[in-house]
Amino acid sequence: MSQTAAGALTPESADGSGPPADNYLTHAHGVRSWLFTLDHKRIAVMYLVGILGSFVLGGVFALLVRTELIRPGPTIMSKDMYNHMFTLHGAVMIFLFIIPGIPAVLGNFALPLLVGAKDVAFPRLNLASLWLWMIGAVFFVVTLHVGGLDTGWTFYTPYSTETPSAVIPAALGAFVLGFSSIFTGINFIATIHKLRAPGMTWFKMPLFCWALYATAIIQVLATPVLGITILLLAAERVLEVGIFNPKWGGDPVLFQHFFWFYSHPAVYIMILPGMGVISEVVAVFSRKHIFGYRFIAYSSVAIAVWGFLVWGHHMFTSGMTPLAAMIFSALTFSVSIPSAIKVFNWLATMYKGSISLATPMCYALAFLFLFGIGGLTGLFLGTLSTDVHLHDTYFVVAHFHYVMFGGAMIAFLAGLHYWWPKITGRRYAERWGQLGALLTFLGVNLTFFPQFILGSRGMPRRYYDYAGLLDRHPDFQQLHVLSSIGAYLTAVAITVVLGTLIHSVFRGRPAPANPWGGATLEWQCASPPPYDNFASTPTAGDPYAVDEFEYDPAIDGYVRRSAPNPPGPCPVPSHD
Amino acid sequence: MTEPHAALAAQPADHPPHLAHHFDTLRQQFEAGKLGMWLFLVTEILFFGGLFCAYAVYRAIHPEIFVFAHHYLDKNLGAVNTAVLIFSSLTMAWAVRCAQLNQRRGLVACLAVTLVCAGVFLGVKYVEYSQKWQHGLLWAGWFKPVDEPGDPANAPSGEHGEQPRDVGIFFSIYFLMTGLHGLHVVGGMGVIAWILVLAARGRFSSQYYAPVDFTALYWHLVDLIWIFLFPLLYLIGP
Amino acid sequence: MLAEAGGTFWLPPQSSSTARYVDAAFHLVLGISTFFFLLIVALMVVFVLRYRRRPGVGPAKSPSHSTALEITWSVIPLGLVVVIFSLGFYGYMEIRTAPRTAYEILVTAQKWKWTFRYPNGYEDPELHVPVDEPVRLVMQSQDVIHSLFIPAFRLKMDVVPGRYTTTWFRAIAPGEYDLTCTEYCGTGHSDMVTKVVVHAPGEFEPWLRKADEQAQSLAPVDAGRRLVTQRCASCHSVDGTQVPNGGPSFKGIFGQTHTFTKGPPQVVDENYLRESILDPSKRIREGYEDRMSTFRGQLTDKQITNIIEYIKSLK
Repeated sequence: MSQTAAGALTPESADGSGPPADNYLTHAHGVRSWLFTLDHKRIAVMYLVGILGSFVLGGVFALLVRTELIRPGPTIMSKDMYNHMFTLHGAVMIFLFIIPGIPAVLGNFALPLLVGAKDVAFPRLNLASLWLWMIGAVFFVVTLHVGGLDTGWTFYTPYSTETPSAVIPAALGAFVLGFSSIFTGINFIATIHKLRAPGMTWFKMPLFCWALYATAIIQVLATPVLGITILLLAAERVLEVGIFNPKWGGDPVLFQHFFWFYSHPAVYIMILPGMGVISEVVAVFSRKHIFGYRFIAYSSVAIAVWGFLVWGHHMFTSGMTPLAAMIFSALTFSVSIPSAIKVFNWLATMYKGSISLATPMCYALAFLFLFGIGGLTGLFLGTLSTDVHLHDTYFVVAHFHYVMFGGAMIAFLAGLHYWWPKITGRRYAERWGQLGALLTFLGVNLTFFPQFILGSRGMPRRYYDYAGLLDRHPDFQQLHVLSSIGAYLTAVAITVVLGTLIHSVFRGRPAPANPWGGATLEWQCASPPPYDNFASTPTAGDPYAVDEFEYDPAIDGYVRRSAPNPPGPCPVPSHD
Repeated sequence: MTEPHAALAAQPADHPPHLAHHFDTLRQQFEAGKLGMWLFLVTEILFFGGLFCAYAVYRAIHPEIFVFAHHYLDKNLGAVNTAVLIFSSLTMAWAVRCAQLNQRRGLVACLAVTLVCAGVFLGVKYVEYSQKWQHGLLWAGWFKPVDEPGDPANAPSGEHGEQPRDVGIFFSIYFLMTGLHGLHVVGGMGVIAWILVLAARGRFSSQYYAPVDFTALYWHLVDLIWIFLFPLLYLIGP
Repeated sequence: MLAEAGGTFWLPPQSSSTARYVDAAFHLVLGISTFFFLLIVALMVVFVLRYRRRPGVGPAKSPSHSTALEITWSVIPLGLVVVIFSLGFYGYMEIRTAPRTAYEILVTAQKWKWTFRYPNGYEDPELHVPVDEPVRLVMQSQDVIHSLFIPAFRLKMDVVPGRYTTTWFRAIAPGEYDLTCTEYCGTGHSDMVTKVVVHAPGEFEPWLRKADEQAQSLAPVDAGRRLVTQRCASCHSVDGTQVPNGGPSFKGIFGQTHTFTKGPPQVVDENYLRESILDPSKRIREGYEDRMSTFRGQLTDKQITNIIEYIKSLK
């Protein structure tokens, strides 16, 4: 086995002296060594490739949708094609990209390293999760070829039971992807419970682990309900079981309850790990201990638990009783408080820090700005009276894109840039990274801010054509054009971001073990880490004791201070 | 009963067989596995939870459909199946005990009996399904009852009042719940058969019996779900 | 970029009695959100500038937790959201609680048309209402879920097959407003745009009488044409072309002999057409699927007769 090979390479010996000869990337060769690997780091890398591919695919669908909307009436496609495009954009982005995004890529890579373990608890289950993701992706590709999908990503009945498009393959794809997500969740919970390094008590875990733990709770508890909902939908189409069909006495709104019981918690699957990434990044790049550790940790769990009780706010206009609406609205507001707590704690962490504007921090700041807008506009939608007006308009589209793109995606990019030196052993060009962050920030705002205005002025979502509304709203076209220009700008930004990262793989400088000065355990092993992560099980201390590390210009990285907190000036890296 | 000694020798002294490289002790590995299994069972409960929820909603809205339609189900066959499954849970628990006590013969026997019980359960289910099929008592979209006067399985309409609307929805729920449960029985049989083969090859011992234990947990859950399904579907008052 | 005349930057003009409740809550939330957003961004910018990393300067010592601060920034937002929630709930109850007496209009949504039926039986694809009078909409769907949205009235309610949903409003200013579908319903979702016409005092009843008389005086074929355009055209063409995923064209079918997936062939006559409208699943024409739902209770006998007369005329 590999025991001896990895054992010979102690992390300390590789510290700061460039990529070690034997690391997880070079440990074995060939396609089979990747496809059948049980190494969490390789699985994370394969997830990364697949997920970025899905993101690009979903992005192309988005660009086509935005292009169609530049002019009223037909622009580049037919009505049906448009309906397929926005459905596939939503389905690919949500099921293939953003739900697995941070947990399966960054979580898989970082979690065992963060808790000082050699792997996740169930490496085979982890590989199964990746394969299920691939199978799910294949189902979506099949969907594209056998009639597409035009139900909207929400699969609302009875439309989804009678449309001739390929609902069954898409539903099976979502079902399989659901199990991929469940397996990841089970793995993370067991890993966090059973594989923490000595000394790592619950409250010495990095906050990213808390966020992944909270996420895993949702993945395990909510996703099975999506599974059964999708099976019922398939049974409805194939066998006519009538549970959701009024023709047989069924209730189509029951489907919405089932669907949102999963899909509302699912938005926390998307955003919670992102918040965890931001907690790490803000502390490290401010050179400060995270402020309010316990409150951030508890708020993650609170969001996970509370998130299960608010699904009804997607149905305020579907005829629910005022009592139910009142309860769901009140619960929805209470779930906003933990998010607010996090934001204030991040700001307090920056206070009196030594803030570097390295790329991950640029994304973290963009996150605060964009998630601020996304979160606060949620208040409009949780408020019962304003939701009646804003529901199913572009306001909702703008709100969730600010949260999903401005929140989850930006946090994903923050984490990707943060751990990139660890994943690849290479440093990307800092200036290009910062430019990518700036362009993405501008693109997202330009794309989605006009949509708030469109929505509150009465533009319904999922509209192919707005010619019928232009009489009273000539402004709609200008707003749509602005939004579309923003979409193109975002496309350019993503090209810059991905180009910078890909370039670094081939031309990047070798990364030191600890390029940013993080105090969490992953920075104690070499970049990239050896096959077995840690030759001997490390001992965990305070994950945010960043002041124990000082910058060493000789290796362009951080090393542990020899004497605790020496007086006098300390050198700083120059990536801002 | 134990692994071949050659395999033992290949491992480092402090790393027993069956211990994956990322665990420190067998105990840690067992506990992680058990936690994982329990988490999986939680997902299973929520998976069925959706159907129980649909059941609750429709029973609350249309109690008359449930009272009327449950007479079409055969209580006796349901009771037999309940007994069979509970017995199989007992043999499965016994199998775990045998594994813990290094009783290979007992382990194989218990697993075999469990497998047979599962087969009997599915056989009875097949009889029930085929009766429903013959009488057209299928889910909503295919619900076309065949009137056969004098047939006890199909003629409760006189004594139980007028047929309410949308009776098919009961059979939709019946087939979905028992069908999904049946699939879980089939899956369980596959796993038990696999464990049986491993047990016959002497793969388990008091040191290493986690797969038997975890399979037993799963099997108890399958049993437990049936114990809820039986009264909810077959034994509806008044 | 300019807003609609009479509205604010964010919202269309207030044209119903309940719109002000929505707008009050909207502007309250807008104010609170803007304040907190600016606060967050300002702090962020100040911190980044003030505490930017400089050579030779490390981070200053400062505490890493403060229960007092945590409680402050939990309780203040909590208090604010309680206020927002209350205002929102109050407005919602105003929107949802219909007055005892209201002028009732039956709304039928189908792919991809709205039909409004007035108490005298007259049907119109546009919603005409008197000003300053409560109007109750009783809504049903022919096929999938739709949602009726009148931005100027801040009004939205889903229209769900298999049940009736109701909503109400009182228009406060005569004029014309947009009415759209906001629940995605397929190909022509964005075609379900029509208008609300609010008539000045005393003008609604005369309009309705006149419109009804005109409709009554139509020859059966013309009345049938109107109905087909309104109710059938999204699935059945009248020029011999095939609507994608729709039913057969009406052109020339009268007198033809059709074959079915089950049962003997049948000549298309009046009785067969009537059966196809009222019980469409009974016989499915070969090459088509069972997609149409019944119009029983949707159309009167007279209307069905008019439709049949029109189909006969399509040679």
